Amino acid sequence: MDVLIDNADVLFRAFGVTLKLLLVSGLLSLLFGTVLAAMRVGPVRVLNVAGTVYVNIFRNNPLLILLLLLFFGLPKLGIHFSYFNLNVLALTLYTSPFICEALRAGVNSIPIGQAEAARSIGLGFTQTMRHVVLPQAFRAVVPPVASVLIALTKNTSLVSIFGLLDLTARMKGLLNDYPSQLWWIFIGIALFYVVIVELISLGAALLERRWRIA
Amino acid sequence: MVDTPMVAMRGVQKHFGSLHVLQDIELEVARGEVVVVIGPSGSGKSTLCRTINRLETIDAGSIEIDGRPLPEEGKALADLRADVGMVFQSFNLFAHKTIRENVTLGPIRVRKASKADADRRADELLERVGIQAQADKYPAQLSGGQQQRVAIARALAMDPKVMLFDEPTSALDPEMIKEVLDVMVDLAKGGMTMIVVTHEMGFARTAADRVLFMADGRIVEQNTPDQFFTNPESDRAKDFLGKILKH
Repeated sequence: MDVLIDNADVLFRAFGVTLKLLLVSGLLSLLFGTVLAAMRVGPVRVLNVAGTVYVNIFRNNPLLILLLLLFFGLPKLGIHFSYFNLNVLALTLYTSPFICEALRAGVNSIPIGQAEAARSIGLGFTQTMRHVVLPQAFRAVVPPVASVLIALTKNTSLVSIFGLLDLTARMKGLLNDYPSQLWWIFIGIALFYVVIVELISLGAALLERRWRIA
Repeated sequence: MVDTPMVAMRGVQKHFGSLHVLQDIELEVARGEVVVVIGPSGSGKSTLCRTINRLETIDAGSIEIDGRPLPEEGKALADLRADVGMVFQSFNLFAHKTIRENVTLGPIRVRKASKADADRRADELLERVGIQAQADKYPAQLSGGQQQRVAIARALAMDPKVMLFDEPTSALDPEMIKEVLDVMVDLAKGGMTMIVVTHEMGFARTAADRVLFMADGRIVEQNTPDQFFTNPESDRAKDFLGKILKH
């Protein structure tokens, strides 16, 4: 138990790193995932194909491989990111296809008549999506998107391999320094992740309740 | 340009796979005319209605609205659709918006009306169709007949040149059909150009200037309601009327 109390400041800083990583890559994934979904359901053939190819490539490869590729590949191309940005980039590229697919399922669950009615009063494709289809799709996809974000929370732990001192990296450090308190360290670190995941679940539940009426 | 028909379809052909759903459609609808389209299911009458604002594309031929050919896609098509009101069998009210928001969405986003103006106009229209008291409710809280009247108000809010009705009462309980038909009869009397796909023969008799009978993707017969119902010419029409008017 002492190990957690003695290292509280380190742990909370690491918690901050994990949280920041999650927030930035989560927001970017939501944004880019929405763009991808719009590409896939839109009327432009080239964008359909581009979206599908992207989703298939990035969803079908392990995040670790993507991280390795960016970590060693980008510098060779003369592109240099900070560790933080590089990890955010990898997590975003990897997570957005999952957001896209969750959204696309949501869009497909909205009856076609909604879009037809929107088009029949003169709304264009973008307006139809923005004012009629997506607001309804977002409601339908709160639970699956929450699952994607929870998966992202746990995926952030991979960045510990690539130079960021997040919770998992700190766990490894502490395990080296306090091998006798192994269980406390595991439990302590796990609790931090549980807190994040519970927050996401709570947020999702609140959104669901707020949007249910309509 | 008084002579320009409001809707003109020439040589229109449409296939769904191997099914020839619209064959050699020639149709002109004059300004202020009310045309009722009837026919057995699968005759292509809904498809005909939906091609007029290009919710269905056509394979050949041409369609003009008020002298302008239907644009292919994009902004020009959206602009044209804004002038063509459509009422669907399944209402299709925007489920996440209140009744008033359903009516104001088009005016605000497409006609760039101010919210205040759009709200005022929406309340007028909702009053006209008898739904004003429900303006702040959501579609799911209304009965089918009420929803359909809102859908009519939503279409009217765009000040359309022509209104298309695709079986507007087919999804309604019998006691709600009248309230919707009453609104439609008022519209017809008010001089709106209307194309109505329906099974309501009473409406056709009361409000239609012309009845169009379709079967197997063709316009088989057209006449005044009086002539058509008392004196159908084609065997298909006689057969159809025999089946629906016997009971």
